[in-house]
Amino acid sequence: MTPAPAVAVAGLGKRFGAVTALDGVSFSVAPGERFGVIGPDGAGKTTLFRILATLLRAGTGTARVLGLDPATDLWTLRPRLGYMAGRFSLYPDLSVDENLRFFASVFGTRLDAQRRNIDPVYRHLEPFRDRRAGALSGGMKQKLALCCALIHTPDLLLLDEPTTGVDAVSRREFWDLLEDLQADGLTVIVSTPYMDEATRCDRVALMQQGRILALDTPQAIAAGYGRPLFAIDTPDRYKALLALRAAPGTHSVFPFGATLHYTAARADLAPAAVAAGVNDVLRQAGLAEADVAPTPPTIEDAFMARASTDGR
Amino acid sequence: MGADAIATDAAIHARDLTRRFGGFTAVDTISFDVAPGEVFGFLGANGAGKTTAIRMLTGLLAPSAGQATVAGFDIARDSEAVKRSIGYMSQRFSLYEDLTARENIRLYGGIYNLSRRDVADRATRILQRLGLEASADRLVRTLPLGWRQKLALSVALLHEPKIVFLDEPTGGVDPLTRRQFWELIYETAAGGTTVLVTTHYMDEAEYCDRISIMVAGRIAALGTPASLKREHGVASIDDLFVRLARPEAAP
Repeated sequence: MTPAPAVAVAGLGKRFGAVTALDGVSFSVAPGERFGVIGPDGAGKTTLFRILATLLRAGTGTARVLGLDPATDLWTLRPRLGYMAGRFSLYPDLSVDENLRFFASVFGTRLDAQRRNIDPVYRHLEPFRDRRAGALSGGMKQKLALCCALIHTPDLLLLDEPTTGVDAVSRREFWDLLEDLQADGLTVIVSTPYMDEATRCDRVALMQQGRILALDTPQAIAAGYGRPLFAIDTPDRYKALLALRAAPGTHSVFPFGATLHYTAARADLAPAAVAAGVNDVLRQAGLAEADVAPTPPTIEDAFMARASTDGR
Repeated sequence: MGADAIATDAAIHARDLTRRFGGFTAVDTISFDVAPGEVFGFLGANGAGKTTAIRMLTGLLAPSAGQATVAGFDIARDSEAVKRSIGYMSQRFSLYEDLTARENIRLYGGIYNLSRRDVADRATRILQRLGLEASADRLVRTLPLGWRQKLALSVALLHEPKIVFLDEPTGGVDPLTRRQFWELIYETAAGGTTVLVTTHYMDEAEYCDRISIMVAGRIAALGTPASLKREHGVASIDDLFVRLARPEAAP
């Protein structure tokens, strides 16, 4: 028998005046899973998290969190949730330890009693334990917020954009920390606007404008891209981009890291024929021959393909 | 004064630029040049000194030592001329959200002392190019984030500056909009305007002609993305960034 889901939502919707923030969202998260909610600003991520965290009532649909209803069972549910809000919401004038002690006392526990539980995160903070939270670096602030969300040993962690605005190195470290924390079965739902972070999750929901565009493992979403994708390596990236975009044989072309990602209008062409077609276009535009090779699609490719075929 | 102090064709020319705050050296003798029309990626971890360096280069903060020219003007002696020669856009602050798109353009046109006629012409051109004509009289805060960012870049370019500083311009937008924004950057550079851009998206570092990576106040790497990857034997700028910013964490 499969265990009861940690979170199950069905047809969840929420409007603010004329704005539909959530538009019929359904998914479930298994205990111990790391579930990513991935999408740009305005996708509805924060609204979803606030509903799950008992802070906002859904307009339509149902939600069960740890078997409870977040709208009516909030007093039983809230102590079992660790919630990290998208904006830094700790006390900047309190020190690291003072913030932790405060949040421990709110949940009826003590910092010293929780030291072992929070240790994977706290040991990064300990050298700065007396520093004011407001004077910490961006990465350290996020770690402190995570530590405060963990202080009462929650069963479910809701992290709303913990890595936004944080540099690439600190982002990697934050995801490494989550892996450490989940060694003993903690369920984590985490949102991010950074598509590359999808690969750090067991499953992800790609969201845009209040709806889920795709819901699966990151590998399956990338694999479901549906067209042969090519990387074009050219020194004249911008000119090549403009020339290829105007060419009738092109289905899509975008800058992608060091290369251009390209799909041909005809999906049945052999790779050599695609390369020849691309180089014809480049030659006619007076550009040097480029290296054109098949490349595996990423989550970003998948997101862009789904978003643009989704008639927005 | 040395003969080479000002004589430079570089859009940005920094020599041993340094800024100390009390006993802390935020920017530590950095030297680099940015050529006209170049897209220069200015990278670094949080706290590496990027913001302090940008505040000096935009004439907002005096250096403690060293010197720099921006558009040919000395940042310490001629900071007002520097400010008139540059555009600036950041994700956090760029447009007035309670004004319409057209009002924002008019406001910035006034700040930069453009004639009414110039402002009206440029407003029409910008709104047309962005496909925003129908939304020109909507409050900026009601526009989708991607449009706001493209409009903010256009407004930063309104007075036709020689150099534009873009501080994390693409945060939070969807991947498609992010690429459209980069196409605007390429178009800007192709028109001869120099672009200095900071970003936390390491794939965007690869879009730049050259990048620098700051670590603890100093420039730890400087070059084209391809040459830096070759020199350091890494597959991506992301890997190089991790190796330089956290040497102890590298595998």
